[in-house]
Amino acid sequence: MTTDALTIGAGRYEEVERHDTVVTQTFGFWLYLMSDLIIFATLFATYVVFSHSYAGGPTGKELFELPYVLGETFLLLFSSVTYGLVMLAVHNGMKKWVLIGLAVTFLLGLGFVSMEVIEFHKLIVQGHGPDVSAFLSSYFTLVGTHGTHVTFGLIWMAVMIGQVAVKGLTSPVQSRLMRLSMFWHFLDIVWIGIFSIVYLMGVM
Amino acid sequence: MSQAAIDSVGASRGSLKSYLTGFVLSLILTAIPFALVMSGGWSASATLAVIFIAGIVQILAHLHYFLHLDTSSTARWNIVALLFTLVIMVLFVGGTIWILFNLYHRMM
Repeated sequence: MTTDALTIGAGRYEEVERHDTVVTQTFGFWLYLMSDLIIFATLFATYVVFSHSYAGGPTGKELFELPYVLGETFLLLFSSVTYGLVMLAVHNGMKKWVLIGLAVTFLLGLGFVSMEVIEFHKLIVQGHGPDVSAFLSSYFTLVGTHGTHVTFGLIWMAVMIGQVAVKGLTSPVQSRLMRLSMFWHFLDIVWIGIFSIVYLMGVM
Repeated sequence: MSQAAIDSVGASRGSLKSYLTGFVLSLILTAIPFALVMSGGWSASATLAVIFIAGIVQILAHLHYFLHLDTSSTARWNIVALLFTLVIMVLFVGGTIWILFNLYHRMM
């Protein structure tokens, strides 16, 4: 009797502690995202201040192609939704679908980064690099910082595909997948700001 | 057991319905400002207003349907942190734009 009570007590304690750890890790990661948001806020402020400092160089209207940006936007939005579906598969313990979903999300994210690299390459080759004007410097810094975040998200996702395949959907793997989902949705939210303020306002 | 631990965290509760609702809303809220700017039919200030409203509503839709932020007790501290960050962002962005455009205006 006494041992039973003790074991049950201990089990419950462990469960509570593990629950607490996941909650704490999630909240800690949320705080990191908030500090990242402040980085983006300063870059947005810089961009807005320099958005008309063309220094005789090209304007946003001459450089940006909205259909291309719409393509990038859809790739990132689709990848955000497929990652949401990955989290549903995680909760239902469907390992195969988690792997398929992560692979699809990875490819969509890779498509986004590739389009951005092609866009940057084209601008620099045409002589519209970040050294031309304050407008282009701040544009490359803001959009490039977002692209770098997405690239690191892709590296993280590749690692998670490996972890799910090798370790399976264990509790630590699940909690990592959840933090990656927060990171991924966060990057899509920042992109809403970028296409609204940089591209749409730049072209109109 | 681990399932329950993860389920209870603010940012994890989703359903197929919430992701699809968020997806359709995002498609609409992306299409509207792009179509408006590409067609160039409206005046600059009206277009600007639509871009801002569509952007803000879409950000709220993402927070609600994708990140599952709500007023439940597990998500409350996430919201407090977000609101605090928004205050700092308004100070940074608003303050910078105010000071520098004022300076720009005076230098003309």
